[in-house]
Amino acid sequence: MSVLTNNLDLFLRAFGQTLQLFAVSAVLSLVLGTLLAALRVSPVPVFRGVGTTYVTVVRNTPLTLVFVFFVFAYPLLDILKIEPYTAAVVSLSLYTAAFVCEVVRSGINTVPVGQAEASRALGLTFTQMLGSVVLPQALRSVVPPMTSTMIALLKNTTVASGFAVVQAGNIREQLADQGDNVLIGLLWVALGFVILVMPLTYVQQVFEKRWSVAR
Amino acid sequence: MTAASAPPMIHVAGVDKFFGPLHVLKNVQLEVPKGQVVVVLGPSGSGKSTLCRTINRLEPIDSGVIEVDGQPLPAEGKELARLRADVGMVFQSFNLFAHKTIVENVMLAPVKVRKTPAADARKTAMQLLERVGIANQADKFPAQLSGGQQQRAAIARALAMKPKVMLFDEPTSALDPEMVQEVLDVMTGLAKDGMTMLVVTHEMGFARKAADRVIFMSDGEVVEDSTPEEFFSAPKSNRAKDFLGKILTH
Repeated sequence: MSVLTNNLDLFLRAFGQTLQLFAVSAVLSLVLGTLLAALRVSPVPVFRGVGTTYVTVVRNTPLTLVFVFFVFAYPLLDILKIEPYTAAVVSLSLYTAAFVCEVVRSGINTVPVGQAEASRALGLTFTQMLGSVVLPQALRSVVPPMTSTMIALLKNTTVASGFAVVQAGNIREQLADQGDNVLIGLLWVALGFVILVMPLTYVQQVFEKRWSVAR
Repeated sequence: MTAASAPPMIHVAGVDKFFGPLHVLKNVQLEVPKGQVVVVLGPSGSGKSTLCRTINRLEPIDSGVIEVDGQPLPAEGKELARLRADVGMVFQSFNLFAHKTIVENVMLAPVKVRKTPAADARKTAMQLLERVGIANQADKFPAQLSGGQQQRAAIARALAMKPKVMLFDEPTSALDPEMVQEVLDVMTGLAKDGMTMLVVTHEMGFARKAADRVIFMSDGEVVEDSTPEEFFSAPKSNRAKDFLGKILTH
């Protein structure tokens, strides 16, 4: 317990940073991933191609490599300077968006084709059909896998520790420097993540319950 | 202006359609003048549903011409969406939007496509639901309604766009027998009000009572095009005689 109480400040600061990385990347990856899914089901072949290529490239690249690219390679291109924190957010968002895209697309595939046909027959455009009819129904069926994707994102934030963005993944180093018990410290970090994931699981249950009634 | 010089509401000429090697529509000709109710009959697999779906281009055709109110069907895009807004369609499986209440289903397209203010759209929607007899179900979700109620809601949803013509693709085929009549009553009412309708159905009673013309299709071809009296009492082709023999004996 003393490992935690003596370093409470460190733990709070680090987990605060983790939470912030997660929240920003979650919002960005949900938005981008949904847009990518829209591209992948678009009637325009070029759009579909862009979506498919993105998912193939980004989903098949290890997250560490994405970080290496934005922290070390991207600055050499000399386009727009970005801080390590920004690079971490960009890496996590772009990477997670590929997974979000596939989750959303699997949800779109669960919506009966008649829903899209009825929308088209009423004169809705593709975007209106997707926004008003298909996506709202698709998102209802993807709550469990989407929660898993978000939990993975939360844990993936620790990859940033190798790239000068201090968060919960760095607690071990700091404890080691101070000569504290690292094993106990890591157990506290693990517990911290469990506590952070629990609200996500709760949110999942709330959405599942609400949407199971409303149809 | 005589009726002959006005363009027909639906004009189909020389239409062919293939599903892979299957020739589902063979050189189909069809005209539906304004205000007429045309019923398409035929055995299953005869192409009648496909024909109905080609008219608002839910099924693209391989050759031939389809015009709605004098305007050829545009390619997929904004212009086609505009044309579809004027063509009401009712499906066999209702296809009500599962995540929206009945009144929201009816309001959606007027608000999104016609940019009608929500309050006006709601008022019109309630009038239409009143007309099809389910105003008291307005705030329920589709899954909470019976099949007959859902199909009447679907008709109200199509009518909310004030269509020039209504297409019905086997509207009663998915219904329990006791619910067929309530849907047919709504359709008969529409026909009386002068709506132009193309109805694919197996309901011979409706064909006799409400149709101006009967089209009989078999194997992707239009085999007969006559009045209901003529078709039911003196069918010309053997295929129509055979079809009527099968359905009228039981």
